[in-house]
Amino acid sequence: MTDESTHLFDLELKLLLEAVYLRYHYDFRGYAISSLRRRVRHAMTRFDCARVSDLQHRIIHEPTFFAEAIQYFTVQVSEMFRDPDYFRALREEVVPVLTTYPSIKIWVAGCSSGEEVWSLAILLAEEGLLERSVIYATDINPDALVKAEQGTYRVERMAQFSRNYVAAGGRGSLSDYYTSAYGNAVFNRRLTRQVVFADHSLATDSVFSEVHLVSCRNVLIYFNRELQDRAVGLFSDALIRKGFLGLGSKESLQFGAHASMFDTFVPAQRIYQRKAS
Amino acid sequence: MSGHDLPAALDAIVIGASAGGVQALRVLLASLPVGFAPAVFVVQHIPRDRPSLLVELFGHVCALPVVEAEDKQPIQGGRIVFAPPDYHLLIEDRTAVALSLDEVVRYSRPSIDVLFESAAAAFDANLLAILLTGANEDGAEGVAAVRRAGGKAWVQCPSEAESPTMPESALALGGADAILRLDAMCQRLQGRPQ
Repeated sequence: MTDESTHLFDLELKLLLEAVYLRYHYDFRGYAISSLRRRVRHAMTRFDCARVSDLQHRIIHEPTFFAEAIQYFTVQVSEMFRDPDYFRALREEVVPVLTTYPSIKIWVAGCSSGEEVWSLAILLAEEGLLERSVIYATDINPDALVKAEQGTYRVERMAQFSRNYVAAGGRGSLSDYYTSAYGNAVFNRRLTRQVVFADHSLATDSVFSEVHLVSCRNVLIYFNRELQDRAVGLFSDALIRKGFLGLGSKESLQFGAHASMFDTFVPAQRIYQRKAS
Repeated sequence: MSGHDLPAALDAIVIGASAGGVQALRVLLASLPVGFAPAVFVVQHIPRDRPSLLVELFGHVCALPVVEAEDKQPIQGGRIVFAPPDYHLLIEDRTAVALSLDEVVRYSRPSIDVLFESAAAAFDANLLAILLTGANEDGAEGVAAVRRAGGKAWVQCPSEAESPTMPESALALGGADAILRLDAMCQRLQGRPQ
């Protein structure tokens, strides 16, 4: 016996993704189905839709509704200096190599609400590299990009962010970089003078610049294998020879098509280096 | 071995445990013999902010290989896969797992419900879910989802469980195909023709 309702749900989900793509050119068709199912169920509960096709109907006919619903398709969970050992490895292993370049370009792919972008900017500032760096911070979610650019986070989150910052080898105090106002911590905008926030899709767009470091953490987990291969292909094309790719702590290149293009650089922190040839 | 509480063709087993789970899993997982065919996936609730020692711990007591899940890791029969701390473990399809940072479910990441529901969608009737001891209600929805999809579910006998809340919640919500003590679970799994 198989569960008919699961199969109908999956069928309607496929139709929904196709509809979203045709109507709005957002391409979620290569997203991992197992977590999409959960998120679409949440959206159905939230918007009181009995079936996926009811959700689809509203999405197709109401662009403002889609703007709300898209928040359910993308996951926004991040912390500043999340996985401190990763940032420590960037500081101790990758920065000494980046220092040898006259100018440095970094791509934070899938930057969401920007916590990692601000973390990187702080790290580069402390290592004396920020002035000659450009950071491209890209995401498909316009609301997330606005938040990322604002660099304003709830003050309750600062205790965790500060612990991470210290564990990541921060040279001062995280509070050196923000001012508190009305329950928010507002980060110093000087940090992001060198940051370009831009709309970019790993599913449909192409490479836009040559870069020395790609940091793309806990984004690929939401993609199926084919879309992962597309994204890593873009990173491989964007990176200079010997450039670096940092992934999330449970992500790896080993199950993908481009593993042979990279060497492991800091294996425990999932930092890879583009091969020279 | 009676067949009514085991799938006719068993491809995967998903196991959920919380408080008291490490002891229970020690009994259950150590009993699985070399040559055991189904793939085994385990969510044991663990602290989210530090590395897990489960793989090391169970690697020493299990005959089967034990690994921590990585994103898109291929599924292999006869291997025990643990959910990593602070990620949900999902079954993407019959060939690979997936991880996610979707919101915490019932205070837990990894969540038993998330694993069980995704496994139910991927494995349909070829799935066995086992819910063990725990002091919360995670797993109840998951057990119900597995049974709706045609898979089977065993729940640890609440009187034996160190914390009976989790088994009791699952039984109250969606029932089970069998309510068993750990030694009975081990016997049934070992009795399966290889």
